[in-house]
Amino acid sequence: MALDNTDVEKIAHLARLQIKQPDIDEVTSRISNILTMIDQMQSIDTSAVTPMAHPFDATQRLRPDQVTETNQRDRLQQIAPATENGLYLVPKVIE
Amino acid sequence: MLSKTVAELSAALDRKDVSSVELTQAYLDRIEKLNPDLNAYITVCKEQALKQAAEADKQRAAGNGTPFTGIPIAHKDIFCTRDVLTTCGSRMLHNFVSPYDASVVERLQQAGAVTLGKTNMDEFAMGSSNETSYYGPVRNPWDSSRVPGGSSGGSAAAVAADMCAIATGTDTGGSIRQPASFCGITGLKPTYGRVSRFGMIAFASSLDQAGPLSKSAEDAALMMNAIAGLDSRDSTSLDHPAEDFTAHLQQSLKGLRIGLPRDHFTADLNPAVQTILQDAIKVLESLGASVTEVDLPHNHLSVPAYYVVAPAEASANLSRYDGVRFGHRAENPVNLEDLYKRSRSEGFGDEVKRRIMVGTYALSAGYYDAYYKKAQKIRRLIKQDFDEAFKSVDVILGPTSPHTAFKLGEKNADPVTMYLEDIYTIAVNLAGIPGMSLPAGMLQGLPIGMQLVGPAFSEARLLNVAHQFQLNTDWHQRRPEVK
Amino acid sequence: MSWETVIGLEVHVQLATASKLFSGSSTAFGAEPNTQANIYDLALPGTLPVMNEEVLRMAVSFGLAVDAEIGKRSVFDRKNYFYPDLPKGYQISQLDHPTVGKGSLRIVMDDGSEKVIGITRAHIEEDAGKSLHEDFQGMSGIDLNRAGTPLLEIVSEPDLRNAKEAVAYLKKLHSIILYLGISDGNMSQGSMRCDANVSVRRKGETEFGTRTEIKNINSFRFVEKAINHEVQRQIDLIEDGGRVIQETRLYDSDRDETRSMRSKEVANDYRYFPEPDLLPVVIDDAYIDAVRATMPELPDARCSRFVKQYGLSEYDADVLTSSRAMADYFEQVAQLCGDAKLSANWVTVDLLGLLNKQDLEIQQSPVTPTQLGTLISRIKDNTISGKIAKTVFEALTEGESDVDQIIESRGLKQVTDTGAIEKLVDDVIAANPDQVAQYKGGKEAVFGYFVGQAMKISKGKANPAQLNELLRKKLSE
Repeated sequence: MALDNTDVEKIAHLARLQIKQPDIDEVTSRISNILTMIDQMQSIDTSAVTPMAHPFDATQRLRPDQVTETNQRDRLQQIAPATENGLYLVPKVIE
Repeated sequence: MLSKTVAELSAALDRKDVSSVELTQAYLDRIEKLNPDLNAYITVCKEQALKQAAEADKQRAAGNGTPFTGIPIAHKDIFCTRDVLTTCGSRMLHNFVSPYDASVVERLQQAGAVTLGKTNMDEFAMGSSNETSYYGPVRNPWDSSRVPGGSSGGSAAAVAADMCAIATGTDTGGSIRQPASFCGITGLKPTYGRVSRFGMIAFASSLDQAGPLSKSAEDAALMMNAIAGLDSRDSTSLDHPAEDFTAHLQQSLKGLRIGLPRDHFTADLNPAVQTILQDAIKVLESLGASVTEVDLPHNHLSVPAYYVVAPAEASANLSRYDGVRFGHRAENPVNLEDLYKRSRSEGFGDEVKRRIMVGTYALSAGYYDAYYKKAQKIRRLIKQDFDEAFKSVDVILGPTSPHTAFKLGEKNADPVTMYLEDIYTIAVNLAGIPGMSLPAGMLQGLPIGMQLVGPAFSEARLLNVAHQFQLNTDWHQRRPEVK
Repeated sequence: MSWETVIGLEVHVQLATASKLFSGSSTAFGAEPNTQANIYDLALPGTLPVMNEEVLRMAVSFGLAVDAEIGKRSVFDRKNYFYPDLPKGYQISQLDHPTVGKGSLRIVMDDGSEKVIGITRAHIEEDAGKSLHEDFQGMSGIDLNRAGTPLLEIVSEPDLRNAKEAVAYLKKLHSIILYLGISDGNMSQGSMRCDANVSVRRKGETEFGTRTEIKNINSFRFVEKAINHEVQRQIDLIEDGGRVIQETRLYDSDRDETRSMRSKEVANDYRYFPEPDLLPVVIDDAYIDAVRATMPELPDARCSRFVKQYGLSEYDADVLTSSRAMADYFEQVAQLCGDAKLSANWVTVDLLGLLNKQDLEIQQSPVTPTQLGTLISRIKDNTISGKIAKTVFEALTEGESDVDQIIESRGLKQVTDTGAIEKLVDDVIAANPDQVAQYKGGKEAVFGYFVGQAMKISKGKANPAQLNELLRKKLSE
């Protein structure tokens, strides 16, 4: 599956990544190579196979509905890039 | 002293031949000496380590020791360590001082281990050579012009160069086994779910598994005793009965059935590596094992399937790095999209960005069935291959890597070349079963590893085979001359 | 031209758990920003989700309440998109295997007609945080206290044909949720939020028209207004030769209009895939039976019981069971006074009238069930008349608390002393000779006049039955 630069730009936007214009051809070619390798999967018919999301057929454990966490805001916001009045700051969100 | 195993050091500490403080200081000195060249550590926790060592000495003196009390260890920088920088090899986390400890870190700390520092790694564990690290490549202690393997390259190099007694690593597609092979040490990737992933920075959630990189199979068993077991904070952690991984080390190999995968021993494999493996097999046969061939008919599809599943999961796992709550944030963003795009593009390296894009593409509308679903189906076929093989054999033996450690920069031209490095290890992760690598010989001054793979929860059996092999060979005791 | 409206509702209900869906952080409303956002809620590297068992129980109980298929194996998926109130960059939701499958709900319209509305599914997912748009030097502030609060998203079939039906459906849903106690259902605090998919088509057409999704509807009243507004907008658009485009629109209650959300115009590609950090949630019949056993009586069942047990009319029973709080209130009153019909009258007429006038919920009623029950008991035991009871009721609404004390202190006690009533009757007869003559001349209607006079003099306290009896007796002497 070969991609063109427009496809790659679309994917980059979905992933919120920026690709500098001079790099785009190389990025496209490398990703296309990877997809070509991946396309080996299409060499076999898997229509009768059930997809496997986890290695084991284990099921979800549940925890009791208890509040186990306490307020750690000050400590947790020490590693935050920008906060004010306990809020995380981001460029204005427009709706 | 620094080249000793955990088991030996533990005995020495018990006999008071040495104190943990002395031992810790000696490792710290060696790190100081070697790290500028090898670049195995990103962060060294000098003061904290000496404090932990002093406390460990007290505990041992009081008779409260475990085998790990006072043993200086290293953690791959993928494990969150409270109040210590945790970078995952990425600029994205260059400023991330974790507010909490990973489960693995916590358990080893409770066992009394001393944390020397955090080891270098491929960025977000994405790589097979440790060259994708934001903190620069790690050099192989056997030959500093060569890579140590990846992604747990720093841990492997640190163990091999005696910069720690033992280290933790993680393995998503071979990231413990391949560097263990390249550095001439022992590495174990446990059954998926055996070791908690809590606090281990996620690459591909359904494949990631933590394990030891050690100087012997016995040490790996000791570390497994400390880190394995159910953790309620990880939903995928398995509720399997606790066991003593050292219990079966001494068991005889009489009756052991070894399977050799036909497709692993082909013309693609370096003939010298083949010869070394044949010699290793002879040793095991002399200990009572029998050998037959097995088929893993879908192994050749493991790399393609992996490069869908792992990037897909990674593409979502890495969405949290957005410059808002922690980690790298671009300066003066003009709007929200700019904040996201610049923070992420500045914070992630090329390989990480590439995999995020591959994963994003594989999950995007119209491609999900052809890529992600197809890969999950192949995953089942690969698991079924192993299930079938383990009906007739106890362990599968083969190469860990097609060759010895390669030169820095040698395989960077095309990502796919690098991806194919993991052809022997990746299927094991897709199937969720345990695998280990142990030194099996030397080729032109470089170590060669052999891989042992067993059915789910067979770690104790794999460690038994490896230990018996190590009792009868000395490859695992070879150490590089590090200048 | 005659138009038909097609509406489907997506209702997000915040489940009333103590802790979040996948973390042990508190879900309490109104805390200081980010004081309930811990390592998992902030999506710190290495953190993992662990599911709250109460969320599953609540979702299953809802499923049982709407006769839905219960997913014995539900699977969580990641829904990927970037937004500052979504810390992980994906929302954990359920795409193909929700916990609650197809079900249905019966609604009753004001004219008494009934309709069954299909429920497509109800799935469990995480709530997002909040963006606060007060100005922080041109920045928005993010509060993640709400992030990870469990939501049940209930999706209806496009079975609703007008705004009134939509409101009736929403009210019924609200009632069931409160009956089950799985949410406080508070729309103004956002514990219940509604998005409406609205389209119009010419009557008789079988294909649906292009729909728009209206977001941000946070009261029952706005649901009706927003839908009606949007329907009119679409009809006007088409009649003017335009075309409805599929888009998300925001309801602005201040201006009573919907407007396009431009920021969401770019088509989303959510890249759903199974959440690898969680395993399938598997439940068996025993689990479902156990949940069923803990469920309270639901509105439809309670309504039928009220008709049967208390002999109430369908209409009264329906009104009384429309909310669990009201039904509970009624049953407490009825039990206390022993007269269900009288209780039903007082609750549906006097109490509801009062609550409507003061715009109060029954939980905020100034008159407690005990007070009302006592009041009705005093009618029953002849302490006061029904008419005087209204005065006492009024006193209760004004903050007085003890029924008997009100009766006592205001001297409202009914006069039942035969001697006193006899004197009253004598006085009235003596004071009105003309009317006595008319009555005796055969003009029966004058009788009411005597009653009125006697009541006036007694300030309404004379026992009406005794008064009537004595009056007749004395007048025929």
